Amino acid sequence: MRKWRKIAALSLSAALAAGTLYGCGSSDTAETEAAAETEAAAETEAEAQEAEADAEGGEASSDILELAKADAEAGGKVYYLNFKPEQADQWVELAETYTDLTGVQVDVQTAASNTYESTLKSEMAKSEAPTLFQVNGPVGLATWKDYCRDLSDTELYKNLKSDDYALKDGDEVKSIAYVIETYGIIYNKALLNDYFAADWSTVKSIDELNNFEALKTVADEIQAHKDDLGVLGAFTSAGMDSSSDWRYKTHLANLPIYYEYKDEGIDQSPAIKGTYLPNYKQIFDLYLADATCEPTEIGAKTGTDASSEFALGEAVFYQNGTWAYNDIKDNEVVDEDLGMLPIYIGVEGEENQGLCTGSENYWCVNNKASEADQTATLNFLTWVITSDEGRDMLANQMGFVTPFTTFDEYLPANPLVLADEAYQEAGKTPVSWNFTTMPSEEWKNGVGSALLEYAQGTGDWSGVETAFVDGWKTEYDLAHAE
Amino acid sequence: MSKNIKKYFPIFMLPTLLAFVIGFLVPFIMGIWLSFCKFTTVTDAKFVGLSNYRQAIADPEFMHAFWYTTAFVIVTVIVINVAAFAIAYMLTKKINGSNIFRSVFFMPNLIGGIILGWVWQLLLNSILAIWGKTIVYSPTYGFIGMVLLLCWQQIGYMMVIYIAGLQNIPGDYIEAAKVDGANSRQMLWRIILPSMMPSITICSFLTITNGFKMFDQNLALTNGAPSKMSELLALNIFNTFYGRNGFEGVGQAKAVIFFIAVAVIAVIQNRLTTRKEVQA
Repeated sequence: MRKWRKIAALSLSAALAAGTLYGCGSSDTAETEAAAETEAAAETEAEAQEAEADAEGGEASSDILELAKADAEAGGKVYYLNFKPEQADQWVELAETYTDLTGVQVDVQTAASNTYESTLKSEMAKSEAPTLFQVNGPVGLATWKDYCRDLSDTELYKNLKSDDYALKDGDEVKSIAYVIETYGIIYNKALLNDYFAADWSTVKSIDELNNFEALKTVADEIQAHKDDLGVLGAFTSAGMDSSSDWRYKTHLANLPIYYEYKDEGIDQSPAIKGTYLPNYKQIFDLYLADATCEPTEIGAKTGTDASSEFALGEAVFYQNGTWAYNDIKDNEVVDEDLGMLPIYIGVEGEENQGLCTGSENYWCVNNKASEADQTATLNFLTWVITSDEGRDMLANQMGFVTPFTTFDEYLPANPLVLADEAYQEAGKTPVSWNFTTMPSEEWKNGVGSALLEYAQGTGDWSGVETAFVDGWKTEYDLAHAE
Repeated sequence: MSKNIKKYFPIFMLPTLLAFVIGFLVPFIMGIWLSFCKFTTVTDAKFVGLSNYRQAIADPEFMHAFWYTTAFVIVTVIVINVAAFAIAYMLTKKINGSNIFRSVFFMPNLIGGIILGWVWQLLLNSILAIWGKTIVYSPTYGFIGMVLLLCWQQIGYMMVIYIAGLQNIPGDYIEAAKVDGANSRQMLWRIILPSMMPSITICSFLTITNGFKMFDQNLALTNGAPSKMSELLALNIFNTFYGRNGFEGVGQAKAVIFFIAVAVIAVIQNRLTTRKEVQA
């Protein structure tokens, strides 16, 4: 009896302790599968429409369909690990359309917010690895370049408007951007017009709102008269939950980096000086002070909190990008009331600054997948950017602006995208996405933690400076230690 | 008998053995091998020797997580076992509705850790909101939150084991002690506790390992915030492995160190408590 108990206890302890060694698999990808099922009902309807469209004359894409049918016979499959949760359902829908048309199996999985790298890492180790995956820019590509097929002879590359949207390693085109996005401060035109019309307001029109001083004045006055306007605050909550903190540790942090790069005339750097950190503090302070919640509460605020505050008209300003449209639309705020302002941080000459435009979504085709799968994947992508179904889905349903020449007649109706076009036409200089050159995820996390501690008063601003400047150097050196 | 065992071995043992080898032994050995490698995906690794271990030990966050976890384990083991024993002791007395109480205490154990983490995050945050704070305000808050959560989750489970133990104490002992005029304190310390040592071994073992391995609740409740100061070991390993490119091997090395530490502690604990067991 005793002996057995001892053996049982020992094997128990071995099992439990060793479970720690490998029990960390991430399973966030399961979500879209469930979503796919609920989508099934909507699917049949969409199919019917598509069949009609086909009958009318989808001749342009018939060649690619023939190729794809050959893929299906060769046993080629597509597995796309998607980065953007906002469009998860639409990708599944598009994949099913393709499968119905061609018989090629297309699986789409979407990693939950902030878990793409970890999901990709575990998915790539499987024998059924993604054939199509994404990197977020040059830094992401450095990790995955050994897994990227050369795309230079593909339709994808041939239809690309400019080489600016491709990432290269030597002569090889390793990955290609598929969506151009823009972010800034989204605002509610109706509420802002109420403010302009009020007798207590200093700034009287949107044209005067073109620098940090004006932005601060407007935000402070709205905050002081929030009950008159019927809002909870000028800005939505600056949530530091992982579903929202990237808006500050990555997107907002782009601005001081952009201006520093601009001063130095460079586009990446092993070290950062932090010349514009006081401006970073200034804008972050404004977000904290004139917000819907106390700064000490932001640790618990999520991305959904902020988007619902804005969508329900409880806040006037909301820092986010064109992708947020899907979450805002069909609520209190109508499309005509959506506008986007550049993020002014108080730099000389910022009256001419435009919105932040760029991409952190680059497609890569897995060169370790079987040849049949790679061909099937490339044909799928060609279909996505050339067929009516694919273009309609990307432009109209997902609301993407793409860098492909095939999309000239497909411009999204997303009002936030239109706001960006207006700024470009007015001759404002768009701010480039330099955050793709941030040395590592760890750097972003360090800045994010320091911002949170600063906001809730358990740390001070020097912590952010250290994480920003010293952290950059440490992380850059670690990443380039080879 | 032994002939029968031989005959039926493949039917009864082989599937389990196979599952054990595939699901446990192979990944375990692979894990140890990977801790000496540099890799991006686990199927594509390059041997680098001990450098991962050097980096793991030099990491101040790992050492912080180690001590933070040790403190966490000490507190939870004491609180959970004392509370579970006390409740079990109460519920084996003749109280009305003791079965209902047992079910109620056991129920939290049926909820998954990640959900519990989020539920408690909501609860604690809405209480802390009175003072305008959140659970991630300081690592102490996170610590208390996780202790509360784990206790709430595990006390019921340990209670069930203790109840079974209490009911197994032969009635003769109690009767004999009563006849000899033992008071209730003497009964508890001299009769009940010594007879309960097998249950105590199991419960303390389970609580120690559960405390060290706690992951989901930590991830959902604080996710290490603020600044990784509320990160327990398992989460630290996870974040090293998945959160940083080029650190997969270091994460694996940490996992091996973690395994050895937990195994040593569990064996020592087993020795200590089994020695106190008395043969009935």
